[in-house]
Amino acid sequence: MMRLYRALLTVYPASFRRQYGAEMLGIFARRRREAAGPLAVVGLWAATLGEVLGNAAAVHWDLLRQDLRYTARGVRRAPGFAATVLLVVALGIGANTAAFTVTDFVLVRPLPFQEPERLVKLWESRPGYEWMEPSPANYRDWKRMSSAFESMGAFTGTSVNLVGHGDPVRLAGAEVTAEVLPLLGVRPLLGRFFTAAEDRPGSGGTVLLSYRLWQDELGGDAHALGRRVTLDGAPFVVIGVMPRDFHFPDTRARFWMPARLRDQDFLDRNDNWLEVVAKRKRGISLAAARAEMTVVAARLERQYPKEDARTGALVIGLREELSQQSRLLLLALSGAALCVLLIACANLAGLLLARALARRQELEVRAALGAGRERLLRQLLTESLVLAMLGGALGILVAGAAVPLLARLSPASLPIAQAPAIDLRVLLFAVLLTAATGIGFGLVPALRACREAGFAALREGGARGGGGRRERLRAALVMVEVTASVVLLISSGLLIRALWRLQATDPGFRAQGVLTLRTALPTPKYASTARRAAFYQHVLTGARALPGVQGAAYASFLPMVHSGGIFPVALEGQPLQREAATAASLRFVTPGYFAAMGIPLRRGREVNEADARERPAVAVVSDSFVRRYWPDQDPLGRHFQFAFGERTVVGVVGDVRVRGLDRSSEPQVYLPYLQVPDGALAYYAPRDLVVRSAASVEALLPPLRQIIREADPEQPVSEVRTLAAIVAEQTASRSLQLRVLGAFAAIAFLLAGIGIHGLLACAVSQRAREIGVRRALGAQSADILTMVLRSGVLTAAIGLVPGLALAYGAGRAMEALLAGVEPGDAPTFAAAAALCLLMTVSGSIVPALRALRVDPMTVVRTE
Amino acid sequence: MTEPGALSPLQPAAFHILLALADGDRHGYAVIQEVEARTGGKVRLSAGTLYRSIQRLLEQGLIAEVKERPLPELDDERRRYYRITPLGIATARAEARRLAQLVDMARARGLAPGRA
Repeated sequence: MMRLYRALLTVYPASFRRQYGAEMLGIFARRRREAAGPLAVVGLWAATLGEVLGNAAAVHWDLLRQDLRYTARGVRRAPGFAATVLLVVALGIGANTAAFTVTDFVLVRPLPFQEPERLVKLWESRPGYEWMEPSPANYRDWKRMSSAFESMGAFTGTSVNLVGHGDPVRLAGAEVTAEVLPLLGVRPLLGRFFTAAEDRPGSGGTVLLSYRLWQDELGGDAHALGRRVTLDGAPFVVIGVMPRDFHFPDTRARFWMPARLRDQDFLDRNDNWLEVVAKRKRGISLAAARAEMTVVAARLERQYPKEDARTGALVIGLREELSQQSRLLLLALSGAALCVLLIACANLAGLLLARALARRQELEVRAALGAGRERLLRQLLTESLVLAMLGGALGILVAGAAVPLLARLSPASLPIAQAPAIDLRVLLFAVLLTAATGIGFGLVPALRACREAGFAALREGGARGGGGRRERLRAALVMVEVTASVVLLISSGLLIRALWRLQATDPGFRAQGVLTLRTALPTPKYASTARRAAFYQHVLTGARALPGVQGAAYASFLPMVHSGGIFPVALEGQPLQREAATAASLRFVTPGYFAAMGIPLRRGREVNEADARERPAVAVVSDSFVRRYWPDQDPLGRHFQFAFGERTVVGVVGDVRVRGLDRSSEPQVYLPYLQVPDGALAYYAPRDLVVRSAASVEALLPPLRQIIREADPEQPVSEVRTLAAIVAEQTASRSLQLRVLGAFAAIAFLLAGIGIHGLLACAVSQRAREIGVRRALGAQSADILTMVLRSGVLTAAIGLVPGLALAYGAGRAMEALLAGVEPGDAPTFAAAAALCLLMTVSGSIVPALRALRVDPMTVVRTE
Repeated sequence: MTEPGALSPLQPAAFHILLALADGDRHGYAVIQEVEARTGGKVRLSAGTLYRSIQRLLEQGLIAEVKERPLPELDDERRRYYRITPLGIATARAEARRLAQLVDMARARGLAPGRA
């Protein structure tokens, strides 16, 4: 009976129980004795239960209010401390949560497919190319000869013109074999997948719509199945709608249609354009699948020694397919975020240690006045938790603001939606780590102070007991902060240098003052070259007549927008070898292309209207093409095999960075637009319009749209951009990432500065007596200043050295991102060291000045 | 120092405790008995309410723990004795005045029972 009541009392705070528990037990015992009969006992228990719970809650609330009042009073007394703690915690939690949310979203979280870990993609590997799309023939043989996969399918990106309501639009989508969608394991929202029969050549057009296209074009019609849509002028029957969060192969895809591979697609084993996705059988490891595909590829190489020479088969997890660069940048970002959190925690620890030291006396007095240990502990805990919670809340705000910004860093090439939500697990981790730091460094020293209280308590000077060790700990924490911030600073510095280098790269054309847009002409409507030529003529004549226009032309693809179109080159008498050493990129262009782009013509002539189909096949090649095949010789009039025909060189132009600013590009071959063969290479038919104007390029768009409407009212216009924007986009994600990393580095540096300042300020106030005595003994201001600054600089220097070494390691790890900047780049390292010195000095200046203001007389008098 | 009126209105339990201590130091259980006796058994403080109120009154400085104990033969070891402080007296007085004014107001409107 009494034991039960005793147990019930544990809901009261410990300090209250210790004070009044015994008497409450006594009172209950009396009441129990007074209660006559079982009914009265039941009544007593019921009343007691309600009373204890209600009062315990009230007592807890009283204590909480009291502690919050103490906390508020503390904040009012030292607002700088509270503000610094909140800032440190918020930045640490916010930056860390945001960065890990995005990284986890892009790199770690399983893709939204069924059993995503079993999904792989298969690629061909050829000399000079790490990954290459397989040819349909090799895909068919892989599928037939392998047994490691439950299912294998192929797809290729495509885009079509949709003429519906409103302006005609250009849509991206994918052509998929019947296996692809089922093997991803996602059910359609409406309807069904493609049947094998629908995936055969000659079968009628069927299409699956994305949720978004279903909404946009069919208004989310529940009876959309069976409706017809017109894509590239041909009718397609809607057989299904995919769920809203289904994205494949990437977020741009709006529809899927059957691949319907034709017999002629399988003829050329070197026509590489398919992407292959497969699902591993249960129990077959990735390594086993790889081993099998190696055997399959070797057998194919023996079977087709010419076409499949040195051709391997790569098996790569679907999630692993991100480019090395995206992966590295995200990892760098996470590393930076972790650094910031580490620095924040070190800083917090330092701040709390200093505060515990400062409050030691106060706690000792309170303990001596009879406040129990539990009571003090509870108060300190409340204080730490309040600060941690406020900081955490601010941190969530910071993360909430930062995640959308960081989400722009996630590559668009993933089959996932682009807006990650704040990751609660990460947030919780960061909050817990901060709270643990707060409790560890805020509570433990204070507790030790309590324990010692009562004895040394009120004795003057007792407070200085453990000071030395604690100060060394603080100094060590500050060194860690300096180290981490130097690593961040140098890493950002290296990446900034790389960005500058890239931005200074000459793309090979003049980007300013050029408007570009795409009119992708659909087949079969524009299957014939003559039909297309008429369209180009109409548009180009109209464009050239616009005021201010200096040149206009069409080309297959703009540089940097499309890096494909790679074909092997062979000189007379040589066999065609599909490898990097013989590859060149193909573009069909209209006359005036080089002038409109600002690509310099070095020799000979450009393509012209006389280069018609019945005329000899000619080509304009780039400098690097000439260097590869005819160094120190006249290239004009030479012949070579390229893109299914023999071509004669009539001109040489400057090289262009087709693959982008940070990659090396194949030599370029430009062919006249009139010499696109009918029915073949239709994919390379010119589609991108470039217009150079002396006036504002934006003003060109309305008249250009009008001209295109006149040429063909059903023709959509897409990808309207300036050429300058295309070049800027090359470095856009990098400069965005860099801004984030730079912000992290700045935060880290700020925190390290705060750390140094706090350390020295504390040291100065503790050594005020010593400083006063020195001054009284005749030390000059300069001596005092030197003394304080020296300890600051010494601390920073000890942190700086490992920082430099680690930064070099980090630089080596991300060498792929550095665009040729050395990981040990001297100017960057020197700048970082100088900044570190600057930070140390500015962090030390206030404490140093305070030391100067120490009045020898007051100090000596208080002694 | 806290003003006597600043803590008004007092919680009923707190007021009862102050009244019970007004004519002498008592320990917790004695306070309960005193309150019960004065109110004719109508108010029976529970142990939790009593000590919660006591803790608050101690913090507010309205009562204090007494160091000297009554005669050893009357004393129970476990018991703490409480004494009302001058601030407690002033506060109880201010509370009584506040209540009297309330009763006056009620009486003026013919709401109060009694002699008027």
